[in-house]
Amino acid sequence: MSKPTNVVIAGLGGQGVLKASDILAEVAFSAGLDVKKSELHGMSQRGGSVSSDVRFGERVFSPMAPQGEADYLVVLSADQIPVNLAALGAGGVLIEPSQIDEAKLSNKKSVNVALLGVLSRHLPFSVEAWSAALKRNLPENLHEANLESFSIGREQ
Amino acid sequence: MDSLKQQHTFALVSGDEAVAMAAIDCGVTLGTGYPGTPSTEILESFAALGGRAQWAPNEKVALEVAIGVAFAGARALVTMKHVGLNVAADALFTVAYTRLDGALVVVSADDPGMASSQNEQDNRRYALAAGVPMLEPADSQEAYDFTLRAIEISERWQLPVLLRMTTRVCHSKTIMRRGTVKIAAPHTPHFEHDFASRVMIPAYAKPAHLRLRKRLAEIAAWNDEAGPNQLIQGSSSLGIITSGVAFQYVREAAPEVSVLKLGLTYPLPVERMREFAASVDLCAVIEEGDPYLVEAARTAGILVEGKPESFRFGELNTARVRRILDGDETPEPKPAPGKPPALCPGCPHRSVYQALKKLDCIVPGDIGCYSLGVLPPFEMMDSLVCMGAAIGVGLGLRHSLPAAEAKRVVSVLGDSTFVHSGITGLVEMVYNPPETGHVVLILDNGTTAMTGMQEHPGTGRTLDHAKTGKVSFEELARALGIRNVFVIDPVKEAAEFENLIQSCLQKPELSVVIARRDCLLATRAIREYERCNEQAD
Repeated sequence: MSKPTNVVIAGLGGQGVLKASDILAEVAFSAGLDVKKSELHGMSQRGGSVSSDVRFGERVFSPMAPQGEADYLVVLSADQIPVNLAALGAGGVLIEPSQIDEAKLSNKKSVNVALLGVLSRHLPFSVEAWSAALKRNLPENLHEANLESFSIGREQ
Repeated sequence: MDSLKQQHTFALVSGDEAVAMAAIDCGVTLGTGYPGTPSTEILESFAALGGRAQWAPNEKVALEVAIGVAFAGARALVTMKHVGLNVAADALFTVAYTRLDGALVVVSADDPGMASSQNEQDNRRYALAAGVPMLEPADSQEAYDFTLRAIEISERWQLPVLLRMTTRVCHSKTIMRRGTVKIAAPHTPHFEHDFASRVMIPAYAKPAHLRLRKRLAEIAAWNDEAGPNQLIQGSSSLGIITSGVAFQYVREAAPEVSVLKLGLTYPLPVERMREFAASVDLCAVIEEGDPYLVEAARTAGILVEGKPESFRFGELNTARVRRILDGDETPEPKPAPGKPPALCPGCPHRSVYQALKKLDCIVPGDIGCYSLGVLPPFEMMDSLVCMGAAIGVGLGLRHSLPAAEAKRVVSVLGDSTFVHSGITGLVEMVYNPPETGHVVLILDNGTTAMTGMQEHPGTGRTLDHAKTGKVSFEELARALGIRNVFVIDPVKEAAEFENLIQSCLQKPELSVVIARRDCLLATRAIREYERCNEQAD
């Protein structure tokens, strides 16, 4: 059995870490893969560190990615990179805010989605699947800005 | 898996949502509980799916209400976090002796590793201590299936059933589908007197205890034969007995070994465990938390290896299970310290702690967002034990400290916590007042903030935010005979607030100060609920 793909999304409470992991998990799910997503609630609205793991593949057991085995680490806040770097496996890819031009984002709170755009270039899912998951997970008035942020990240 | 079929038949949901779906699918009449991470979303999802869900003032009341539902022949679901079961335990131990006409499923959401809790107690011990059958799901599909099985077991043996979940089962999303377990339709609610089965005076409780043990023996035999346990045949050199989410880590860490995964973990399928252990060269138990399964196996004379004591602390995960299996005793890597949570900028609790710090108060505290007052920059909370303890602990400090120090003691607790377990503390204060008097400070931010903005009896709105009866803290305190009762906005009237606390501390009298200002994160939603409710009037 092939190993699952491990993605860790990290940041601070209020940045949309859990929203981003929901969207990613749903994209993988709609592609017919086994998916597990793990997160911790409770303290996340109080501005502390938050992270969420998404794992997908033929078969996934643990909902958490083993430490040091993440294929992709998406960090929404630069100061959270050192805290989470140990999650990343050898040869894993770090995706961070400096990879996008935040000035281009019409909605500054959509850094999470813009970084999903960057991540999307590495994953075998269609733009249509991403758009559909984005729309299902966000209120309608935010669709346009977030689809735009996603494109900015994807085309970076 | 075909992607189109997957999307139509399957769903990616959390364990909490899966329990709610099962409750809907089997016609649960009432879901009740008290919010607590990681259990809160069960009742919220149940309500969102159209179920009748209610927040109770605390877990004990919730369980009592649910017992009534089950005595009426209907199906009841009660949800709480692990420590909530301590509060509800009084009801649990004795309802186990009674005979239910309907079903009663008690969800205990444990928090090994304490992601958001004050302790990491292992509530599997409650099943054993109270004599209540217990199921332990390992993912969302099992959370769904086992909720239905719990209803079935509860009705078949007329007993309450504990559904013991953990943080990673509650809050992980995994793929599941509904309709996997078919159970009978619920009974039509109906009441018949049955004194000997439900009135636990000693004359009736003595035979009831015998009856309970007999039923548990029957369930144990059934569990051996047909319980929801799973055998994975692998190598015969190593066999692992496991339960709950630990199963997932075992499968990932050691895909080649034989596994006996236990679903109904009280009463245990001891003969199946014995058979399994005998079928492999070495049998190990991998479980999160306390050595519950390993002790039970050894008591039954089954030769098993357990985990080293250091793995009793915190959650398990794949890496830790690999360590246990490899006998790796090198120190575990410590996770890099993240940014700790903090009171939000502009949070009304901030100005409260500023004042208390200035007045050099001694602060027995309580459980909620305001517990963060213990961290810098305030460092203004001196104790946190359990819900409502602020008042009792404060009184004890007042009774024993020298007067100069006693006069600095202020009990601090939140609005929802006050309703949960603070009211009896106020009664104690009136009944046994300290010589120096006392000051109780209720931080009323209009919501149960820490668990994610749930309503409570002090907000005057139900779980789904509709208008209902509202408990007034100030009127309650006055009705108890407390003369110094004040309501103040700690932000808008910051200077007055500080003066007020100071003047209360100087009086050898009893005072209740209600610092009332809505939680910043909830303000907008509260305004919207109020607007909708006014329109509905």
